[in-house]
Parts: sequence; structure tokens; C-alpha cells
Amino acid sequence: MHMRKSTERRDLFAGALELMILHSLRVRPMHGYALVKHIKLVSDDLLQVEEGSLYPALQRMLREGLLDSKEGISAKGRPTRIYRLTKAGIKYLENEMSSFEKMFMGISRVLAVAKT
Amino acid sequence: MNWLRQIFSRRRRYDDLSVSIQEHLEGKVEDLMDEGMSREEAERAARREFGNVTRIEERSREVWQSPTLESIWADVRYTSRQIQKSPGFAVTVILTLALGIGANTAIFQVLDAVRLRTLPVRAPNQLARVSIIDVNGGRRGRFTWQNGDVTSNIWNELNTRQKAFSQIAAWSPSRFNLDRSGEVHYANGLMISGGFFDVLGTKPLLGRLITPADDYRGCGTQVAVISYSFWHRHFGANENTLGSKLFLSGHLLQVIGITPANFYGVEVGQNFDVAVPLCSEPAFAGQWSSTDNPLTWWLAVIGRLKPDWTLNQASVQLRSISSGIFSSTLPEILDPESKKLYRGFHLGASPCAYGISDLREEFDEPLFLLLSLSGLVLLLACANIANLMLARASARQRETALRISLGASRFGVARQFLVESLLFSILGAISGLILAQGLSRILVASFDTERSQIFVDLSLDWRVIAFTGFLTASTCILAGLLPAIRMAYTKRSPTELMSGQRQSTRHGRFLMGRGLVTLQVALSLALLIVALLFVRTFQNLLSLNLGFQQDHVLVANIDISPLRVPVENRVTYKQELLKSIQNIPGVVSAASVGIVPLSGMGWNNFVSIPGTNAPQHLANFDPIGIGYFPTMETPMLGGRDFGQNDTPTSPRVAIVNQEFARTLYAKLNPIGKTFRVAAGGGQESRLYQIVGVVANTKYAGLREDPTPIVFLAETQDTDPGEGFTFVVRSNESFLTLLPEVKQAITTTSPEAILNFSVLKTTIREGLLREGVMARLSSFFGMLAAVLAMIGLYGLISFMVIRRRKEIGIRIALGARKMVVVALIMHEIIVPLTIGLALGASLALVIGVVARSMLYGLGSNDPATFVSSILGIIGVAFLAGAQPARRAARVLPMEVLREE
Repeated sequence: MHMRKSTERRDLFAGALELMILHSLRVRPMHGYALVKHIKLVSDDLLQVEEGSLYPALQRMLREGLLDSKEGISAKGRPTRIYRLTKAGIKYLENEMSSFEKMFMGISRVLAVAKT
Repeated sequence: MNWLRQIFSRRRRYDDLSVSIQEHLEGKVEDLMDEGMSREEAERAARREFGNVTRIEERSREVWQSPTLESIWADVRYTSRQIQKSPGFAVTVILTLALGIGANTAIFQVLDAVRLRTLPVRAPNQLARVSIIDVNGGRRGRFTWQNGDVTSNIWNELNTRQKAFSQIAAWSPSRFNLDRSGEVHYANGLMISGGFFDVLGTKPLLGRLITPADDYRGCGTQVAVISYSFWHRHFGANENTLGSKLFLSGHLLQVIGITPANFYGVEVGQNFDVAVPLCSEPAFAGQWSSTDNPLTWWLAVIGRLKPDWTLNQASVQLRSISSGIFSSTLPEILDPESKKLYRGFHLGASPCAYGISDLREEFDEPLFLLLSLSGLVLLLACANIANLMLARASARQRETALRISLGASRFGVARQFLVESLLFSILGAISGLILAQGLSRILVASFDTERSQIFVDLSLDWRVIAFTGFLTASTCILAGLLPAIRMAYTKRSPTELMSGQRQSTRHGRFLMGRGLVTLQVALSLALLIVALLFVRTFQNLLSLNLGFQQDHVLVANIDISPLRVPVENRVTYKQELLKSIQNIPGVVSAASVGIVPLSGMGWNNFVSIPGTNAPQHLANFDPIGIGYFPTMETPMLGGRDFGQNDTPTSPRVAIVNQEFARTLYAKLNPIGKTFRVAAGGGQESRLYQIVGVVANTKYAGLREDPTPIVFLAETQDTDPGEGFTFVVRSNESFLTLLPEVKQAITTTSPEAILNFSVLKTTIREGLLREGVMARLSSFFGMLAAVLAMIGLYGLISFMVIRRRKEIGIRIALGARKMVVVALIMHEIIVPLTIGLALGASLALVIGVVARSMLYGLGSNDPATFVSSILGIIGVAFLAGAQPARRAARVLPMEVLREE
């Protein structure tokens, strides 16, 4: 479990982290650490969220009104903040998802051609 | 306003963030411990994987911050801490700026009030002044004030024939005596035609204003409107003022209304107390009435353009009716040539949105000049501050280098310096703006004379605020940009800067400092020269030979009209009154006079030598009593003074001045010669014989060249009138003399109306402009010299520190003290020389503008230039003396030990 330098990864997919956060929170409102664990679990450890970059990203989305936060209790019974999607967040996610899918499709087609 | 809410909810956001991160770490640690780690290991691993908590928290917080604003705020806090650390520096800078900005704002404020503001009335841009556009000195007759544009007859014709104005009105300023007897107390009056307030669109504060219905021929003295300030001063703002009686110059009038507080009439620089209808003028003026006199130019005309009329169209219409107006009002008594001129006059309209103002005409040029002088002082102050900031910036060099090497952007560093100078500028500007409120009022008060109080509305308006803002921005840039660029964009690498190689960088700053000092020398020399030019102008005018001794002379005006003395008794009455004054102990002599010299009054007419074809000459006249010349101490050059034997029945005699004799008779002896005075003023042409010649005296103005003057004997007049003027010479102080003179007059004539003035004061008041220029420019000159001295002192001190090692070695090798001092002084010679050359050129340029205001010397007066240059050199050496002495006392051992 080795962290790599955050900048290297983020460059790969602009907006990928946001997309994953939004999608995960749509399924279920969560607190920060739970979010990290969730992404790791769901992606079968293929994807690791850089823990540090999670928080600036969360704050950005809070500022943009895609998320809101409320006080809550963690699984271990400690006070924390639970993040969940707003309506604007849902709409944004849906837009992003469709454009992301298109992009992904485009990339896989190009890659498929290059192979043959 | 979303961002505003965000700023306020930020604190909670930050707390949320901390809680979340805390829980994240705790959760992780617990999970890791579940995997079998010890608590210690788990904590370390958790932190390692999370990354730098502080950094991440900071980055998350940044999301909520506006980066520029936040860092500027940080700069502001940093600067405030710096100021608290060295308050002396901050106070010096802020005070310098406050003085500079304050002086500029004050002058601008006055300029704004007298020149840039429109009248505080409805739609001032529709107002126009109607006057004769092609007078060219062609008007003959009596002029009651500078803006007396037309006569009553012309006004009446104009009023009925004009088509361009929806409303038109005529007015004239006037003075009313508020007291029934004793010493006069004047109220400033306006005589206005019925439409005046309608033209201006003024609404009454209380009661009603004068309307056309109040202004009818033969109305006598019935109604008066008073101003807001007079209502407060004279009536204590009493509600019952309306309908009460007001005593004005012997008449009782009813107060019918009060004008609003901001209304002062049409003349900028003057306020009015009382307005009465034009038709009341004959009742007030009596036999001297201007109404119906075809040759008394006493009215100004103002009109409001009809909505669809332009100024040009109005002028065209006025031009077309001019010939009719001037033909029908042609005064019969004019000579043929003057009649031809009179018929050829044309009326025209000029804009009047800014009102009319003698003050503006007199002080426009001086104010602009003063503004540019104070601007130069501010520039000088900025150079000084830039130098100080530069010095401080060098002291902070290591810190700056550290910041840059830690990744601060160069712009960020420069911004911090600019924020610092901006903070100083703003604090300086605020103090300056406050200071200016006092300064501008002092400046306006210095325009006051005993006869007229200047009233100017000095309230702040957007122009003043904008001007101060502009000054603030300029000073900020001028003072802060240089250090900012120097420190932030230096080519030296941070390591180089931090390794303490200060020697070389100091040299760079030294060059820049030298440039600034050159500028300071130049500016201060220019300011000093201009100041000296004005001071010497003022001195030249003060020490002028007036032809009489102005000290210790009291002028007493006595109006005996309330006593109703019959014409045949007036001569004796006047003699008795004069005798009672002459008998006062301490009075050296006293005499009667018609026109007090330099009082602003005058009377002229044409004279010629009878029986020849020699051209006519214009001469000034003054009727005087016996003993006038000894009282004024005017030297008698030949012949005799007037005496008791010169009576109404004896041959008419005159005493003339030297200039008169020279003009009419060249080198011939004028005594015994006769000359003719042309007809005028209701008198026929008369012959006079010259019995005496006196020295040239000033008549109308201090700057005038000698003019021909004829003195006539009062004793040859049958009716001395009801107004007497006496000049009283006494060696006692006026404070003790005045009550005695009053006493002497009131014992015989308790009802007489008295007005006193001191001759010297009246003459000094004629030098108001010159005095203001001399005082203010020398203030600026002195300020400039001090600022330059501080600048030079800083530069030289700094240089001494820089060359300490070298000096130490030189002394160790046996250099004498004088050599060391010369070494130091040598360094300032270049900036000093260049600065002096620049300054002298600048002064020549300013001199061109100032030339018309100077007297008795040219704008390039060599003596002034040389003494100013010597003065600045003196200042430079004074500034250099102390640091040079310090240099000479450098101990070689100490310097070498520092290595």
C-alpha cells in the first residue's frame, strides 16, 4: 500500500476523482474515510484514492453546491461530517457521466484500431 | 452576494474540515490496528498515507478563499505589523504625505469652489448672461461695479424686445447700513428685478420671494427677502421673522421671505444678506440714483434660455435687436464720437452656469500656479519617501531573498511593497483630506478684506474626492514602485543576496538614490526661485514710493445725511467737524479729501491747454481741503498750497503733480499756467490756474506708472455734500485714536453715520494677491528646501557607511580630516550640479507663467536665481556636514577589526 505522488495521478483523469466521489455519494451519503474505503473496495483495490487530495476536492464540490454536509456519527461512534449529493450534484453527475462515457467509448475505439 | 456569505460561513467550513480529517485519521488508525499494528505504528502509517495534514487542510481551505484578496489582506496585516514595529518611520511618511496631499487638496478645493462648480440652482446650464460683446472701452459714464454691464434704460428695452429667454432679470450688488447712527454695519445687498428668483428657479425656504408684482416704478421701500445665513445671524432664526421690519440705510422694510441655505445669488465668492426690488433703488440712493441715469452702468443681466433655444441663437436674436435698443437709449449729452460708438454696440449671450465672479478672475491664475507649486512639493515628498522605502527595502533584503527562494512569486514580493506604500498613501490621504478642510478655509479667509468677506462653498464634492484619490494613487506608485521593482526583480540570485554580499547591491541602490536626490535638488531649487520671485515682488510693491506716507493715517468717512443740515450751513459744519478732530491730543494734522488714493475710487476727465491745438490728455482729479499735503506728507515741489483765500468767488486754482506738468508743459515751469477741463459730470468746461506742483502720487493702483493728477480746492465748492472724508495723521495707536475721533464727532453730531479705515490696511488689501502668493510660495519653498535637505542627508550618510572601510584605510595611511571631508562632499557634487541645472530650467518655465504676476523684476531675475542656487548649495553642505564629520572620525582600527 504505497502512496504515489499525488500530482502524477491526478493528471491522468481530469475530473475522474470528482466523478467517483459524486457517484459513490449518490449511492449512499458517507463521511470522508468511508468514501476512501468505499472506492477502494468497489474498484477491487485497482483504484486508490489519494487520501490527501480527497479533501480539497470535497471542498471544491461543496463550494460549487454539488454537495452538502451535515453533522453525523461515524461507524466507530465519533463525530464526523456526512457528505451527500444535492439536486445540482445529481444533475451534474448525470451530465458528466454521459460525456465521460462518450469519451471513454471514443478512446477505446481509437485504441482498438491502433491494435490491429 | 454569495461570496459574502461564504466569507462569513468560512469559520464553520474550516471546523467541519478539521473534524472530517480527524475522523479520517482515527478511522484509518483503528483499521490499521485491526490489521495488527501497534497504535504507534498505525498512527505513523496513517499520517504517511494521508500526507501532510497541515498542507492538505490549507489546500482545502484555499478553495474557499479568493487568492488575490487573501494575500493582499495578508500583506496589509504584515505591513501593519511593520508599522507597529517602527512607528517613527510610519509617522514621518504619513505626515509628509498628509502635508503634501493636504496642501494640494486644499488648493484644489478652493479652485473647485470658485471655478468648477455650477451655481446651486435649477438647470444652471440654461442660464446665460447678457452683455455688450464689443465694448472695447467705448462706454462713457459711471460704473458702479466691475460687472455693471448695462444701464437701466438698456435693461428696460432689452427686457421688452428679447425673445430668447423664458425669463430674464437684472441685478446689482449693493450695501445697506443696518445701524441707525454711529459706526456703520453693512449688510450685503442685492437689488433685483422682479423675475430674478424665477430665472434661477429658487423656491423660498419660508414666506415668499420677490416677484414682478413687487417691482414697479415708484415702489419705494416696502419688501425685502433675506438669506438663510442672515436670518440666523440677524434674527436668530426666529420663526416670527416673516412680516417683521428690517432697518436698511434709513428705511424700514418688511421681511417677506427667506431663501434656502445653499443659495448665495449669482456671484461666486460673495454671499448676500438682503435682496430688495430694483424699483427701491431711487429711494435708497436719493440724488445719486442710478435708475433712469442713461450713463450709469450698474446692472448685470441674466436669463434662462427657452427650451428650444441655444446660446448662439440667443446671441443672434440679441444682435438683431441691438441697433434698436442702443438708438432708442442714446444719451444726449455724449459727444458725437462717443455717440457713434454707443450706437454701434451689440448685445450677446454668454454661458452663466458658473455664475460670475471677480474672485475667479483675480485668483484663477494664482490658484493654478499654486496648485502646480504644491504639486511639485508633493512630487518632492514622494521622492523622499521613495528614498526612505528604498533604504528600508535594502534592510529587508535577506527576508525578501528568503521569500523568493522559498517560492514566493516576484510579483507577490513587489505587491507587498506596493501594498505598503498604498497603505501609507491612504493613511496620508485621509489625514491630508482632513487637514485640507482647515487649510482651504484659511486660504479663503486670506482673500478677505475689511470691506468684503469672501464667501465660498467649500463642501466636499466628487471632484475633490476624485482629485485626492488621484493623488493617493500617484503617490503610492511614485513612492512604492521603485523599491518594489528594485527588490522583486533584482537580477541577483537569492543565494547571492543571502550570502551577505551587500556591498554591490548597495551600490545599485546608491545610484538610484542619487537619481532621486538630483530630482529633489531640481524641484527644491525651482520652488525656491519661484518663492523668491513672489516675495521680492511683494517687497517691491510694499516699499514703493507712493508719493505719500501711508503709516499712521486714519481715514474717517462721515455721513451727515440723518442730520439734515441745510446746504448753506454745510461748509461751516464740515469745518467745525474737522477742527474738533484736529484738536484731539496726539493728532498731528487732519484734512478733508474727496478721493482717498488707492481706495478704488476715481474721477477722470480730459484737460487741454487753451488756445493751442495740443492734444487733450486724460487726467485724474481729486478735490482736497487745506492741509491735505502736509497730512499725507506729500512733498510740495513748487508754488503754494491751497489757502483760505481760495473761495468760490476767487479765480479757480489747481495744484498738479509732476507727471501732469511733464505731460502738458514738458520742461516749462507750470506755475501760473492755465489749463482747461472738459465738460462733464453736469459741469461746464472750466479754466484753472496752476498755483503749485507736488510729487507724483499713486492714484488708482500700486502697479500704475505715474499718471497726471489735478488737485482741486474744496474751498472753492459751494456745496460739500453730506458725506465727508477726512484723513487724520496721528502718532498715537489707532486703538486709542479711534474712540477719541468717534467721541469728537458724536458730541456734535450723534446721528452721523461713521465708517473708519486705516490707510495702510486699505493699501495692503490691494496687495492681497501678491501677499497670498508670497506667503504660500515661500511656505512651499521652505518645505522643499527641508525635504531636499533630508534627502541629501540620507544620501550622504548612506554613502559614508558604504565607504567606511575605504575611509578607514585612507585615515590609517595618513589622510587628513579635511581630505576625508572633501572626499565625501565630492560625491554629491554631480547630483547637485545636475539638479541645479534642471531646477533652474524648470524655474524658467514656471517663470513664463508667473511673469504677469511679478513686479519690479523679470521672471529670469539673475539675482534671484543666483541667491536661490547659493541657498540650495548651502542646504546641501549643511546636510553633508554631519555625516562628513562622522566620516572624518572613523577609527581605522575599528574598521579593520570588522573584517
